[in-house]
Amino acid sequence: MKTTRLSLSGISCAGCVARVETALNNVDGVISATVNFAERTATVESDVPTEVLVKAIGDAGYEAAELRGADDESEKEAAEMAHYRKLLRKAFVAGSLGLPLFVFGMSGLLPDPEDSSGRLFWLAVGVATFGVLIYSGGHFFSGAWKSAKNHNANMDTLIALGTGTAWVFSMAIVAGPEWVPASARHAYFEAAAIILALINFGAALEMRARGKTSEAIKRLIGLQPKTARVIRSGVETDIAIELVVLDDTLRVRPGERIAVDGVIIDGHSSIDESMLTGEPVPVQKRPGDKVVAGTINKQGSFLFQARRIGKDTALAQIIEMVRVAQSSKPAIGRLADKVSAVFVPSVLIVAVGTFLAWFNFGPAEQATVLAIVATMTVLIIACPCALGLATPISIMVGVGKAAEFGALVRNGDALQQAGRLDTIILDKTGTVTEGKPSVTRIISAGSWSEEEILRWAASLEKGSEHPLAEAIVNASNDRQVPLLEAERFTAIAGRGVEASIEGRLVVLGSRHLMHERDIDIGAVEAAATTLTQKAQTPMFLAVAGQVVGVISVADGIKKDSGEAIRRLHGIGLRVVLLTGDNEATATAVAKEVGIDQVFAEVLPRDKADKVAELQRQGRRVGMVGDGINDAPALAQADVGFAIGTGTDVAIESADITLMRGSLHGVSDVIEISRKTVRNIKQNLFGAFVYNTLGIPVAAGVLFPLTGILLNPMIAGGAMAMSSLTVVSNANRLRFFKAKG
Amino acid sequence: MTVILVNLGGVILVAFIVWWFWMTKAKAQRAGTSTIDILVDGGTFTPSRIEVAAGKEVALRFFRKDASPCAERVVFDELGINVELPIDQHKDVLITTPGAGEFSFTCQMQMYRGSLVAK
Repeated sequence: MKTTRLSLSGISCAGCVARVETALNNVDGVISATVNFAERTATVESDVPTEVLVKAIGDAGYEAAELRGADDESEKEAAEMAHYRKLLRKAFVAGSLGLPLFVFGMSGLLPDPEDSSGRLFWLAVGVATFGVLIYSGGHFFSGAWKSAKNHNANMDTLIALGTGTAWVFSMAIVAGPEWVPASARHAYFEAAAIILALINFGAALEMRARGKTSEAIKRLIGLQPKTARVIRSGVETDIAIELVVLDDTLRVRPGERIAVDGVIIDGHSSIDESMLTGEPVPVQKRPGDKVVAGTINKQGSFLFQARRIGKDTALAQIIEMVRVAQSSKPAIGRLADKVSAVFVPSVLIVAVGTFLAWFNFGPAEQATVLAIVATMTVLIIACPCALGLATPISIMVGVGKAAEFGALVRNGDALQQAGRLDTIILDKTGTVTEGKPSVTRIISAGSWSEEEILRWAASLEKGSEHPLAEAIVNASNDRQVPLLEAERFTAIAGRGVEASIEGRLVVLGSRHLMHERDIDIGAVEAAATTLTQKAQTPMFLAVAGQVVGVISVADGIKKDSGEAIRRLHGIGLRVVLLTGDNEATATAVAKEVGIDQVFAEVLPRDKADKVAELQRQGRRVGMVGDGINDAPALAQADVGFAIGTGTDVAIESADITLMRGSLHGVSDVIEISRKTVRNIKQNLFGAFVYNTLGIPVAAGVLFPLTGILLNPMIAGGAMAMSSLTVVSNANRLRFFKAKG
Repeated sequence: MTVILVNLGGVILVAFIVWWFWMTKAKAQRAGTSTIDILVDGGTFTPSRIEVAAGKEVALRFFRKDASPCAERVVFDELGINVELPIDQHKDVLITTPGAGEFSFTCQMQMYRGSLVAK
């Protein structure tokens, strides 16, 4: 039974309350459901998943979202801190018994277990060690037992068997020395205690180090304010963020963090979105503009209406996406997974084999004791955790690091693939360029003034939704040019537009369109060609069959595109431009920013084919586009990068989403990817080498050559260190700095 | 005689390990209702083998008692599901298997293991 709190929207009367309550109460498993009309919330006692409750409310015609309980992350941190302290206490208790036993034992100060007084002492030590096994190692034993019942074996199995064997063998010596050969009468209570001390201490350190690997997600969670200033019935109050409901009006004052996603309804301000997008320049916002939770209001106070709350905000979705990506595994980790899955039973078999080998072939007088020691050491030294951790822990840090740079990586595979790319295809508009065309020049063919040409062109274009048309209409608005009435408007796909103004046929469009209509453009052709070579798009205006002028529109290149492309070259990538624009403009843009190859005049539907063409040539291709128009090409590429400005970019559409509009994000991700993959390889190599060398050494393969058999306590220390080393190595990725 | 007994014991033990951990599986618990509770504690999922109806939605309600970071997530690799499990809280995971078959769920490090048997 649990209590679920839901925020509701669309509730306007007591009738709505009754309908929602009925819808909830009709769900199987719901014990009670009450709706609070004032708060617009529902409280449900049930065994039913939240999603089912939300759907039931949705089916009744309303919207609902779960209200988050207490701060999940701080609760998690508190629980982890408690666990950390518990591990340290366990280590301390085990060490307090094991260490003196070890030191006095080495000094020869402990009594002989075969003496009657000595036996009593060792019996007391045995009982004390049993207590340590229960307190410091109880969780290993219970875990091992539960796993075994479920036909599984894990780390706990190995530790429980290793320390358990030490205790049972030692107690056997104390209880009945005559059962064991004289040469084998050595108690290993201190080994059991010290192994538990080391493993618990190692686990505590590992937990601390692991905490650092999730710093990126904690930073994102920290962006969420705890309270919001809500205006309800004309009264302003600060309320907990969980109580904000859809359509609430919220006030944001200078310097405050925005609480939920919404739309500005009054006031304007500049907002710092850098914490989400990595874009350092604040964004100007006015009524009608969207604001997102977690960003900071710089100046100005404004009111906005809540449109997305709780887990639906862009920030919450980004956090969830980073979380999921952080815990996904790339192909590189699959082998380790396969090994991990069969590792522990295999080690158990090796341990039995080790015992039998020593028992049968060991030095006659020491065979039993060496068999016991070697078996114990094999069980203790084997560390499946280092293998299992090697990949996910580095992915966790790598994905988090990418998020700090405003790049959302969908999963571990995308992160791995990004580092292997050798070609980057860039869409032109909005990727290399700003994506906001503007009028740059107006050239008259003779008697018409610039203002006249703009008036007629804008009058024609005001009915069009094309970006070039928008540029012309914006220019006429800026210059406050009054427009004329256009009739019989027709758009000619890919060519231009035509209409009738003041009874005359007016055509505005490309050189192709003028040729098709047999309009002579000789008077302005040379000027138009020069504009094309400067990466501008000239549009010819003809009235009653005579060309009267040219309006040139250009989409400015982003300030840092050239530098970002040089950086891509610097890390060994070939850069290709892919655009629907004409060859001359595309070539001019490519030349200005240093792009190696151009595919011009490619229709949107053919872009994916161009990506495939390069892949057939053996290239590993990354495609960078806006994520909506370029979706097929992004999907076809080995890695698709959706580039956008701010959090509006469709985060569902690509392998990697660059929230900052800069192409530097591509290099950032590729560099992070390469470093992460190198880190994973180091971890996997370390973990495989550790286990493949450690287990045979523990089993005693060096004994015939050197006469040395590994001490089980050293094995315990090595085991604790192995996973700690993996985590610490992954933590090095936190210090990555972009070269751009 | 001791030598023979010890060796025989060793061989039997190896055979038992192979049989117990690799050749036999835990008895599946049938998901009687639409929700089934799974306890995450002591390095295990209990129950670890769950029988569900193929293609039908079932809610698995995980309860994580284990504070170890190993228990932090449950991963259904074949189904593309990866969910964080809060400590001492219920977490519902809605699952619809694509068809009949066995789908494993594990912790991130593949040490905690369980499986859904869709029939």
